[in-house]
Formats: sequence, structure tokens, C-alpha cells
Amino acid sequence: MSKIGLVLSREYTTRVKKKSFIVVTLLMPVLMAAMFILPAYFMSQDDTKVRTIAVYDGSTILLGQLESNEYTKYKFIPEEEYNKIKENLKSTEYYALLIIHPNILTTKTVQLVSTSNIPFDLKNQIQNKIRSVIEKEKMAEVIKQTAIPDLEARIKATKTPISVNTIKLGESGEAKKSSTEIGMILGYIFGFVIYFFLLIYGQMVMQGVMEEKQSRIVEVIISSVKPFELMMGKIIGIAMVGLTQLAIWIILGIAIISGARGMLPGAEKAGTAQEIMAQSQMAAQAGSPAELDKMQDILSSLGSVNFPLIIFCFIFFFIGGYLLYSSLYAAIGSAVDAPEDAQQFIMPIMMPIILSIMVMMSAIKNPEGSVAFWFSMVPFTSPIVMMARIPFGVPYWQLALSMIILIVSFVGMVWAAGKIYRTGILMYGKKASWKELGKWLTYKS
Amino acid sequence: MDLFSAKEVTKSYANFKALSEVSISVPEGTVFGLLGPNGAGKTTLIRIINQITAPDSGSIWFEGRPMKQDDIYRIGYLPEERGLYKKMKVGEQALYLGMLKGLSRRDAMRELKIWFEKFEIISWWDKKVMELSKGMQQKVQFICTVLHKPKLMIFDEPFSGFDPINAEILKDEILRMKREGATIIFSTHNMESVEELCDHIALIDKSKKILDGPTLNIREKYKSNIFDVAYKGDFAKIEQEFANKYSILAHDETGRTNSLKIQFLNGSSSGSLIKDLVDHVEIVSFNELIPSMNEVFIKVVKQNA
Repeated sequence: MSKIGLVLSREYTTRVKKKSFIVVTLLMPVLMAAMFILPAYFMSQDDTKVRTIAVYDGSTILLGQLESNEYTKYKFIPEEEYNKIKENLKSTEYYALLIIHPNILTTKTVQLVSTSNIPFDLKNQIQNKIRSVIEKEKMAEVIKQTAIPDLEARIKATKTPISVNTIKLGESGEAKKSSTEIGMILGYIFGFVIYFFLLIYGQMVMQGVMEEKQSRIVEVIISSVKPFELMMGKIIGIAMVGLTQLAIWIILGIAIISGARGMLPGAEKAGTAQEIMAQSQMAAQAGSPAELDKMQDILSSLGSVNFPLIIFCFIFFFIGGYLLYSSLYAAIGSAVDAPEDAQQFIMPIMMPIILSIMVMMSAIKNPEGSVAFWFSMVPFTSPIVMMARIPFGVPYWQLALSMIILIVSFVGMVWAAGKIYRTGILMYGKKASWKELGKWLTYKS
Repeated sequence: MDLFSAKEVTKSYANFKALSEVSISVPEGTVFGLLGPNGAGKTTLIRIINQITAPDSGSIWFEGRPMKQDDIYRIGYLPEERGLYKKMKVGEQALYLGMLKGLSRRDAMRELKIWFEKFEIISWWDKKVMELSKGMQQKVQFICTVLHKPKLMIFDEPFSGFDPINAEILKDEILRMKREGATIIFSTHNMESVEELCDHIALIDKSKKILDGPTLNIREKYKSNIFDVAYKGDFAKIEQEFANKYSILAHDETGRTNSLKIQFLNGSSSGSLIKDLVDHVEIVSFNELIPSMNEVFIKVVKQNA
């Protein structure tokens, strides 16, 4: 009877029950949410302090034209009052004193005097208000001078927001509405998820192997199970830990986002994590109607994304890439006696992973370029690079070729790692090198 | 009947020969001592028995037939370099190791209860291994080795790391299991415990077996006709006469009784020695000195050098 299930369940349960696993798994989504949601939340919180600002308009252009709102009141004051309060603003009920010089049209500058620090928003608000009054003023002047009927309306009509609707022609020629934005976002997400798993869980496999070797328990274990079963049990068990963590994150993520929607004013329309992110960035620019249209566009083009294919490919490349790298990590863990010795081996493994993420960035901008193509064929980079390309649509032959190369590579890698592992776990005191590992490949059992 | 035998087993690594045509037979229900200097190839042989590695040539037999994969569930192995998962709880770990050896969870639990009660260590169950002392960890590991009641038990230096009291407890357990029908392969450098425990031995040196057989026969074979005599009386007057027939290795007349270590040369027997002695001195005790395993070990290995 194969004992792989027993090994697997030990690897799984001991890790899942660890405090650090539980803490990280539960805290991570909260941290991520905090990173995206808090700034947006704070930005959406209006300044609720009521301030009254005394305005002395020396130019008389703006007289009576600064409209007060709920929190900010503007009170125009005559010259004598201005002279009175400008010396001791502190003792008056005014929050600030706005001084508009007679020659504002040429200096384009006003002064805002206050005894406290003026919030950025308030400064912006005043700036915008004055600007729009003056612009209107100038416009009226121009209209009067040119005497063209409806000039104002005609000028307004020249403002044209443009949006590009990208259409992708399918193989059979039917047009599909596609969105580069959604492709980019999905590409990034899938690429990064695979990237983190390869790095974190690959190293976890290596540490697990080293722990068994260092504690010397490995000899007892392999007198009960075959080394290959022990290695595979560990690799699969740890993969399941990773998948559990991912599943919990997805569930928590959905819960947090739906919980956060209530808190975020104006986010009711948003339905996905990506949009929450997008919105937090846009909140600063104050969602204009054009932005909202764009959002609608992205939403509607979500339908063009082939989700079943993406999910299938994600699972495939996730597992394929993980098997490829984790078996390599296992082989290295078996070969070294101490963590310090592992360093020289870790760098060459991490390099293609890091390279993948860099190529991924460029592949997202140009998913059909030759760089993207070649790196999505090389098995060491294909899991990340190909995942970034798929949301944009990849020819099926390329996808199939990449998958076949990956399958052949990980089968070969698991086989080779098994051989190295079998020799390595019982080899103490021998300084391992790449050359030495190569020799172990040829050893008989 | 032999429970286990290896026939002309050869194993080499790269350019190093670990075993060269080694054959051993371990009779059922005995303790078999596997001896040899460091690096002789004992560990390799033990790993072959455990099917951790396979021999390059030769064959291994279990219960009179070629060894099968499943036979490992009937073997218990305590390696010299031992260890447990440090962060795992004692009970969980023992269960896991028992189940790896083919026990069901329930059977493993039942057997563990019995052992933990016997060793009075029930309170360790929920402790992490790293909280136990080295000796305590060894105790747990011993239990894990024999939990599944293996037919064949392989102990590599089982007593190292134990205090004399616990070593004694362990020895009694090993002997009890032998009485109950287990066969034990015992590898050690402690020759005293070999004399005490082993029915048979095999000595491996430089990848070859250079000596094997029942322990007593071997010691008998290496005895060199030396006798230890305690006597009362005056030996000096006959010393000259004795020098022709015997070689006197030690002579001490300072103690309560006088003593003599005497080796006879060709053509003598213990009978004639007694005869020669009784006429002149009063014999208090007369013992033939059988070489200790330690002496045999050193002699044989030196000869082989």
C-alpha cells in the first residue's frame, strides 16, 4: 500500500494547524483591504468642520460671487472691517481672511491668511471657485466683444470626451468587445499569485526537506516509505496548504469587499476588487461622468473574457509551475546539510522566477510580441508569463505547445529531483555542488 | 530457520566499494550482532535490509524467500543517528510513525497506550518533541521502532544516550521481545553488550565479512589457553620447572591470595596444569580465560589490516 496519503496529510495538517499559518492567512486579507480601502475611505470622508472665511475683495470682481456651502461660509467684508481684523484675526470668529487684490486679473494671485494650517482641500476649493468666476467673467467679456450668438454654448459644445472601444476579431471573424484594462488587471493578478506561490511555497518545500534531513528522522521514514513517495507527499501536501490559503483569501476577500461596499460612498456600482482599487485611485480625481462610463465599459467587457479558459489555465500553470519549481527546491533541500549551504542554489532558482515577473510586465503591454511569446514557451517562465497573456487571448496552438513543454519539463524535473533527493537525504558531510548533484542523477537506487 | 539472510551482497557508490560479497544469516529468535569498525559498511548493509537502497548484486531473503517490498512493515529500524520532528507533538508523531509501518490508527493508539504506560510517560503525549531531553526523545523513538511488533528489529547503537538505569530497562525490553519470538539485529561498538546479548555475530571490515558464527564459538576459537589461578603457597621454587612447559604472563603474591596468569605452550592441557600445580600449592580457584569480544574484535581487525 502506498503511504503517500499519510505523508501528505501530515505535511498538510501540521502546517495548517500552525499559529503562524492561521495568523498570516487571516491577517493578510485584512492588511490588503486596509491598504486599498483605507485611503479611499479617508478620502471620501468630507471635512465636516464649519469655517467662515472673511473675504475682502479689493477688485470687486468677485463680490458676492463666492457661494457658501454647508461647511465653508464666505462673508464679504467692507474695507473698514478688513482694516480692523487684519491685525488681530485670532480674536475674530473668522477662520481665515481671503484678500483679493485690485489687480487680481494681472497678478492672478490671492492671499489667504489664517492662524491655523489651511487644509489642502479648502485651498483647492477656493482656488477653483475664484478661477471659475474669473473665467466666466472673461468669457462674458469675449462674448460681448465678438457678438457671436450662442458663443458660450458653441464653445462648450467643442468639449468632446473620447473613449476607445477595443474590439477583438475572433478566429471566425465575429467581433467581440474586449478591454485591455481588464486584461491587464487579470494578467497582473494571476501572474503575481503564481509568483508568490512559487517563491513562498517552493521554499517551504525546501525547508521541510531540510528539516527532515537535519533532524535525522528521514532515515526512519524512508525505512517505511519510498523516498519518492516522501518527496511527492511533501510537495503535494504543501501545495494543498497553499491552495487552502488561497481559497480562504478568496472567500475572505469577497466577504470584505461586499462588507466594504456599504462603507464606501459611491462604490455601490462597483462589484469587483479591481474596481475598488481603481476607484481608490480615481477618488482623488473626483469621479467624472466620463470615468463612470469607462467603468461601465470595463464591466460590460468582462463578458468578453473567457473565464472558464482562464481558470483552467490558471490551475494548470499554477500546478505545473509549482511542481517544476518545488521538486527542484526539494532536490536542493535534500542535498545540503545546513541552510547556509542552500544559498548558492537558491539564487539560480529564484532568478527565472524574478525574470518571469519582469517579462510579465512587458508581456502585459505587448502580449503578442516575440519576448512574450518565447518566455511563455520556456517552462521556467511560462507559468507566469503565459498567465499574463491569456486574458488578452492567446492562439490555441501556442497555449497547447506551452502546456506540453511544461508537462514534459515537470515530469522530467520530478524524476530528476527524485533521484537527487534519494541520494541527498542520506548524504551527510559532503559539500554539494551542481556537479555533484548531476552525479547523483546517475546513481542506482 | 533463518529469518533473514543476505547472499553475496555487493554495493558500491561511485568509486567506493561499501560492501563486497557479504553473506550473513540471522537465525529466527536470536540476537545477531553486526560488528565492525567505523566505515566498514555496516550502515550500508542495514540500509539494504531496510530496502532503503538496493544491492548492486547478490540477494536478500526473508523467511526463506526473496525479500518483498511489503516486508519492510515487519521490520523495525532504530538508526544510529536518530531524530524526530522537533515541533510535532510526541503522541501525534508516534501515531504517524506507527501508521507508516502499516498499523491502523486504532491499533497504533492501543499499542502506544501500553508502551507509554509501561514507561510511565503518558504525560509526554501532548508535549512537543523539542521540550523533551535527548534521553526522553530516545525512549519515544525506541517505542516507535517496536510499536508495530516487527518480526525483525534492527537496533544501531540503541543504548547510546541512555543513562545506566534506562539502558537496563531497554535491554530487558529487548530480551523480552526476543523471548516472545522477535529476531534482533544489533549493531554496536560496545563489546560488553555484545557478549551479554548476542547469540551470533558477524564482523565486517573494509566492506568484507571477516568473521561470523555463534558468539561463544568465536570466543572459544580465539582463546589462547590462558588460565587464571589463585593459590596459596610458595610458587617460586617450581617456577623454573614451569618455564619449560608454560609461559607465565603475570605473577602476583601481594594480595590476600596469590595469583598467576599462565598460558600453556604446545602439548599441554588444563588437566596437566592442575596436576603440576596441586603438588606444590593449594589451588583456590582455577579459571580458563576466554577472550572478551573486545579482544577478539581488536585481534581480528588488526590481522585484517
